[in-house]
Amino acid sequence: MSGDLLIAVCLAAIASGTSILLPALGEALTERSGVQNLGVEGMMLMGALFGYIVDIETGSIVLAFAAAIVAAAALGLVHAFLSITLGANQIVSGLAVTLFGSGLTAFVGKPFVGAQAPVVLSRVALPGLSQIPVLGQVLFTQDPVVYGSFILVPVLWYFIYRTRPGLNLRAIGENPATADAMGVGVASRRYLYTLIGGALAGVGGAYLSLGYTPTWVEGMTAGRGWIAVGLVVFGTWDPLRVLAGAYLFGFVDGFQLRAQGLGSTVPSFFLNMLPYLFTVIVVSLSSGERLQRRLGIPRALGLPYWREERT
Amino acid sequence: MAISLRLERRAGLPLPQRILILSLAVVLGAFAGGFLVQASGYSAVKAFAAILEGSFGGSYPISQTLAAAIPLATIALGTAVAFRVQLWNIGGEGQFYMGAFGATALELIGGPAGWPPLFLLPAMLLVAFVTGAAWALIPGWLRAWHGVNEIITTLMLNYVAILWVNYLVYGPWKDPQGHNFPFSPRFPDNATFARIGDGQLHTGLLVPIVATAILVLVLARTKWGYELRVVGENAEAARYAGIDVRRTMLSAMLVSGAMAGVAGMVQLAGIIHLLNGQLSNNYGYTAIIIAWLARLHPVAVLVVSILFGALVNGGYAVSQEGIPQALGAVLQGMILFFVLGVGDVFTRYRLHVAST
Repeated sequence: MSGDLLIAVCLAAIASGTSILLPALGEALTERSGVQNLGVEGMMLMGALFGYIVDIETGSIVLAFAAAIVAAAALGLVHAFLSITLGANQIVSGLAVTLFGSGLTAFVGKPFVGAQAPVVLSRVALPGLSQIPVLGQVLFTQDPVVYGSFILVPVLWYFIYRTRPGLNLRAIGENPATADAMGVGVASRRYLYTLIGGALAGVGGAYLSLGYTPTWVEGMTAGRGWIAVGLVVFGTWDPLRVLAGAYLFGFVDGFQLRAQGLGSTVPSFFLNMLPYLFTVIVVSLSSGERLQRRLGIPRALGLPYWREERT
Repeated sequence: MAISLRLERRAGLPLPQRILILSLAVVLGAFAGGFLVQASGYSAVKAFAAILEGSFGGSYPISQTLAAAIPLATIALGTAVAFRVQLWNIGGEGQFYMGAFGATALELIGGPAGWPPLFLLPAMLLVAFVTGAAWALIPGWLRAWHGVNEIITTLMLNYVAILWVNYLVYGPWKDPQGHNFPFSPRFPDNATFARIGDGQLHTGLLVPIVATAILVLVLARTKWGYELRVVGENAEAARYAGIDVRRTMLSAMLVSGAMAGVAGMVQLAGIIHLLNGQLSNNYGYTAIIIAWLARLHPVAVLVVSILFGALVNGGYAVSQEGIPQALGAVLQGMILFFVLGVGDVFTRYRLHVAST
């Protein structure tokens, strides 16, 4: 690859990777607290659509992202209620969130297909930093959401591994009964982190409809929410590794888009398969129950917690 | 997982009561869905009238509903088998496409294409059974032997399967006489199921019915059925009892994929009659809900499938009234929420208030 092409692929990789990174970071927090949420795809679609609608109605990108957060977190709340308060099967509840989210957005979004969003995210070159050859072009001529994710990753890492609330978060996902006995409220924290997971999925969705491909199409996330769930496994619930996974995915995605643009002889259908096959491969390589235990799968993941059944 | 043990406890409740509670949850879900419809500026009354009229209002709508229930029931029967051993096969959609691919391959690639339907249809069914199972083999093996999360792998392979079928119908398998549409050549009559009545209902209806009968027998009467039950309830105990847990898991996954593949063939030979990239109206995902609502019981799967066939069909009906077809999906999601919420609370008499 020539230099310019590599830069173009890397730019696309970060944009594409960011749409997965944010939901994956959110899901990592949710799962750290012991709640498995398979509704990421549905929550992303909620964020994508409602961000888009509010952008059209108000012309404010800030309000648009706020709406995306609220809409996606609302579905997160449904999942939290079903799985934390009622102790429903989290896998089925998460699937219900995804099915409902994709159905509702297709239903409500019908009139908005093909509408024009007045304000979309635009790239802002950071003064100074963007002058660094290659690296500056790739990392510092991005849009504000990407810059936000640059900050969010180290902040989350520090939060999880170096602060008291982060320790509590890990505790309720590892051993809720012990955490509870130490006075750390399990249910309220699980609610909180499920809502944060929803909010970040919403931002990721709105990033798609207002930044990456500024438009609304039914089911436009095309499995990105599911890929995010996969990358959390690959990233072993660690923000830094999740970041690596998301950008690696973005690189594969950016590469296949470029290859299609350059008229590759490989049919586009096969290039389109790459991101999905890539996810299968990385999830397989990083799985294995024993390996996962060592790498830090939250031990209480997916299990409801009842104080009166504590042993 | 401890979750399913909770569900087992429910078995203590008498069947009529459980059915009553589930029906109540379904009605409440539909009601909440209607509220959403109204809130979106459409008439809920009109929508439900259209759904009922379009799915049960006469012999033609009923035959359409039953026809829509065929693929749903066939996939869900298999999904329920995988769920029995706690394997979350979300790949029904892809396995459905791979079954359709296999059946088309047999029909297209000469050889048996001239056979009478009595031989050709079972042969296509068999190939679809194998290709569907093959598509579930990788996730099943990865899960049983290496502990790889099957939800992610089955799901990712859905996209791959759909892209593969699209590649075929846009490329090598495109009908030369098809006016450049991305369709395979139309199936000859000997590769299609005969129609019943004036709608789309076809003799492929027998497939889910026969499969249900077989599954009921196999699950209740055979060693394999017993092993599925033990592994599903407690994999650790099953291992101590000398059951090969990994093989049991893989076999459940394969059966599940095979049934989805068969559904793809039945839909193709029964209704669509040519391969294309839009074979499935999210049947693979709807089947997951059906299997869950039916509490993984084959006979219940048949009944619930008719209800969801009505919703799929009702989706077409409401779109005639200017209401987006996605209403069907909204109602499905809502119903699932209420079954999970209301169903759980009332069956266990447990309204646990979160302690903070």
